[in-house]
Amino acid sequence: MLPTPSTSHVEFERVYEPAEDSYLLLDTLSSESEKAFLQHRFNNASVQSSPSPLVVEIGTGSGVVLSFIDAHAEIIFGRSDVFTAGVDVNIHACKATIQTVRVAEKEQAMESKSHGFYLGNMVGDLATALRVGEVDVLVFNPPYVPTPDLPTVLPKETRDSFEADSHLLSLSYAGGEDGMEVTNRLLDSLPQILGEKGCAYILLCAQNKPEIVKDHIRKWGDGWTAETVGNSGKKGGWEKLQIVRIWRISPGSAIQ
Amino acid sequence: MKVLTLNFLTCAVKACKSSSASFPLHPKDCELVSDTIEANPALIYNVLPRVDWAALITTASEVNPLPLSSVSPSPSSHLPFPPPNQIQVPHKRMETDKTNKESREQLGFPTLPAQPPTKEELEADEKMMGELHTLLLETQISEGMLRCGNCGHEYRVKEGIANFLLPNHLV
Repeated sequence: MLPTPSTSHVEFERVYEPAEDSYLLLDTLSSESEKAFLQHRFNNASVQSSPSPLVVEIGTGSGVVLSFIDAHAEIIFGRSDVFTAGVDVNIHACKATIQTVRVAEKEQAMESKSHGFYLGNMVGDLATALRVGEVDVLVFNPPYVPTPDLPTVLPKETRDSFEADSHLLSLSYAGGEDGMEVTNRLLDSLPQILGEKGCAYILLCAQNKPEIVKDHIRKWGDGWTAETVGNSGKKGGWEKLQIVRIWRISPGSAIQ
Repeated sequence: MKVLTLNFLTCAVKACKSSSASFPLHPKDCELVSDTIEANPALIYNVLPRVDWAALITTASEVNPLPLSSVSPSPSSHLPFPPPNQIQVPHKRMETDKTNKESREQLGFPTLPAQPPTKEELEADEKMMGELHTLLLETQISEGMLRCGNCGHEYRVKEGIANFLLPNHLV
């Protein structure tokens, strides 16, 4: 198992703390099957030169997932010339991610191991600031908990720091109807945001009705498809989690 | 944020997406920081095929310390400056091993050729390799604004983090 980046410097009063969902993303992205998929797609030796892939995580929170991908790029992608960037609606999460990546890269360097190339973090609303067709791998651990309301994206103007922090934390989990309101907005933008070979890893919980979500994606046409490629095990409880991979089967190619 | 990031971003306003003027965003009053990064030729070779070169030329010219008025407008209007091989910008390489804060007057950007160099050209041209290394890998925007050429909205960069959240009236 690859080491999990340290997040001990992060203020968890206002930044989402790594939890089972974060770790499921780490396990899935470093699983043998996903490494094989990503290496086939982005490190194909039969192609003479293959451009460096760009990995973007939406909602980086503490930065544990993005720093993991960045630190272990060579193991996951079979190459270390991988560009990574993060977006979060919460400025404190952006700052935390920058620090988490810095620590993880330093640790890799101390062991004379490679790491990817981190471009930085931006404050933003999902993928709205990303240029069309640039992202190769998009990772999203969304606010997936069903809630009666959605918090506003803009920071709350309040003098009460507890209230401000609670609002920021709510943005990390509150997903509105079926816990899917934010995820649906991201899904709608995927065909534009992802490049030709682009794929996305999105975490869903059982209450998000993952089978319906996947069916919906398969109806996008143009070769788009979705499969569950990781899950938190067959246990009870409403927060059973899975990772759905979304990608485009290019015409004429076999399976991938 | 690395200057290179501008190659992957556009204005967050929905109506701007279809306009070519919304890319690249234009750095304004930017303070730059230079990290010292070990030479990594593979990274340079493999990022070049995916870089929008014209946009990179624009970005490099706009974050450079020359006052824009000293650069005459390009006839092709897409690029806000003349054929790049005619611009001579003083170039300063950062040598210390710590992150350096430099005001924009102290950082200079290299002359970029009109076309992206091939791998063979780069292998033979140590100077250009070094300049691309500085521009693509080492340079960060730490403070300033990023302006959309279409709607004119300015996004603030603070402590190296650009803020793309839109005020309610622009969402």
